[in-house]
Amino acid sequence: MARVAMRGLNKKYDEVHAVIDVNLEIRDQEFVVLVGPSGCGKTTTLRMVAGLESITGGQITIDEKVVNELPPMDRDIAMVFQNYALYPHMTVYDNMAFGLKMRKFARPEINRRVQEAADILGIRELLKRKPRQLSGGQRQRVALGRAIVRHPQVFLFDEPLSNLDAKLRVQMRVELKKLHERLGTTAIYVTHDQVEAMTLGDRVVVMRDGRVQQVGDPMELYNQPANRFVAGFIGSPAMNFVPVRIAAQNGSLWAESESLRIKVPAPIAPRLGPYAGKQATLGVRPEDLRIANGADTKDLSFDVAIEVVERLGSEILLDVAAGPTTMVASVEPNVTAKVHERVALAINPDRMHFFDMQTEDAI
Amino acid sequence: MIEGAKWRRWVFFYVPVTAFVVGLLFPFYWMIITTIRPDRELYRPWSAPNYAPFWTTHPTLEHIRNLLTETLFSTWMLNTMFISLAATAISLFCGLLAGYALSRLKFPYAGLIGTAIFITYLVPQTLLFIPLADIIRNFKLGDSPWALILTYPTFLIPFCTWLLMGYFKSIPKELEECARIDGAPRWKAMVYIIFPVAIPGILSAGIFAFTLSWNEFIYALVFLSSPEQKTVPVGVTSELVRGDVFFWGELMAGALLGSIPVAFVYSFFVEYYVSGITGSVKG
Repeated sequence: MARVAMRGLNKKYDEVHAVIDVNLEIRDQEFVVLVGPSGCGKTTTLRMVAGLESITGGQITIDEKVVNELPPMDRDIAMVFQNYALYPHMTVYDNMAFGLKMRKFARPEINRRVQEAADILGIRELLKRKPRQLSGGQRQRVALGRAIVRHPQVFLFDEPLSNLDAKLRVQMRVELKKLHERLGTTAIYVTHDQVEAMTLGDRVVVMRDGRVQQVGDPMELYNQPANRFVAGFIGSPAMNFVPVRIAAQNGSLWAESESLRIKVPAPIAPRLGPYAGKQATLGVRPEDLRIANGADTKDLSFDVAIEVVERLGSEILLDVAAGPTTMVASVEPNVTAKVHERVALAINPDRMHFFDMQTEDAI
Repeated sequence: MIEGAKWRRWVFFYVPVTAFVVGLLFPFYWMIITTIRPDRELYRPWSAPNYAPFWTTHPTLEHIRNLLTETLFSTWMLNTMFISLAATAISLFCGLLAGYALSRLKFPYAGLIGTAIFITYLVPQTLLFIPLADIIRNFKLGDSPWALILTYPTFLIPFCTWLLMGYFKSIPKELEECARIDGAPRWKAMVYIIFPVAIPGILSAGIFAFTLSWNEFIYALVFLSSPEQKTVPVGVTSELVRGDVFFWGELMAGALLGSIPVAFVYSFFVEYYVSGITGSVKG
């Protein structure tokens, strides 16, 4: 069990500045997920914590001890790799026992720990097999087993589920979560999948181009994205963005574009005040749009043309065109909408987001 | 396989393949048939009655017996075996370490050093033997097996290094990283994880190195002079060709027996060898 802290962490390759000024405090027993598109520096950050990459600038501490110069073996961590990295010439048992043997554990203790880990993961009957005789999911379990037998201070996961098929991925995700609750070991998990990030993380760190964009618990990222990138990255289908002009009229603010005119709700109007007469980006999630009915005020709805209807069972996704901008709306499954039909969509006024055009920061 | 009409398959596949196979195997057949052909058949003119150039009616083992009793052939075999094994062992050891370092460690001028090693492999032996002869004489190693054991690595080490470098690069680096996180220092990760996984590559490098040393001719010809120090290729060609007299039966018997160890090594490890050359490791 340990705290992990990164202070002013930087990584420069010859031409690429892969990680820029990352500051992060990971609490004891916390499950933190680093998420972002490929090339955002999340894996590099993880590898620096593991000691597999040298640190260009800044400091990493594990349990208050600076580990910058410590080789991987002395950091008391365990890592699970995307391709599992099982030793192909060893049996499952030997794969799991390798780390303990290297650390000169006594034979009975090795045996006890391997059996215990095998029980937790349900792979007791696989212990005598070689990795190539295992399925993807089984290999994944062995890789996990190899990490947990050592009882390390920190688990590092580098996209461990991305080689599994979709169904197995969901299943393993749940098991990982259970495993973490059972063991309580501090974990850092890297993924490019925002659903994995949201479901697994106690806190999620969104990264982009080497910089941390936002750190927060999943609902915080979803409800209060710090900038347009986080807003677009978290949530599926992604948030709709509409370029608008903020106009002051009759004592209230309006977000206007060619095809819509929405009254800015009173609670966020003060923050938008300085933008009066300027451009901004309106962000609204598909699930915060619905088909307007008679009770809806004109101030919060706009007309669109339906282009595609995607029936998902639990919901219907409407791909709509509002003038030049296309949007997605997630509506109730009982809505009877047809392609080419014109309907009015209403916005949930409590869940509108505005972003600065230049900085892309949330307003 | 070529699709389409039958004649196309014959013209573009079966006929060329048969021609190749026959062309390649014929010298071996000739070697075997000459070995067991009695002298009176070997040296009779083309116009003799009952002339049968491609088979023999009176097979004999006399040439093999002569070779083993009248010449130093068994000594040459032992010499060649010792020299080849020692040179291969030295080259594999150096090639393993160099190949690993060049493919995995980051150090200044790694690429340059790799290229330099490769260039030494490109210098033809027919030129290199001149300076090497001088060095061998200065070290007073002439006419001893060590003259060859120490000079063969000049072309075997670059060869092994490059072959193994390629193989090490095909092994996912996560395997080693995982071992290092698991608590193994680099040399243990190398010995316990990388080398066992690289066995096909190491075997192919070893087989190649062994074959090259076994067949090597020019250094053996230049550096060794007394008959009891010679290797098979040199011994057979120098001792069984006296002036313009060719002892064809013994020559071919020597060639046949001399190629058996190499053929044996190849057939024994052929599976490893193929996967070593095509190189692929799955984690």
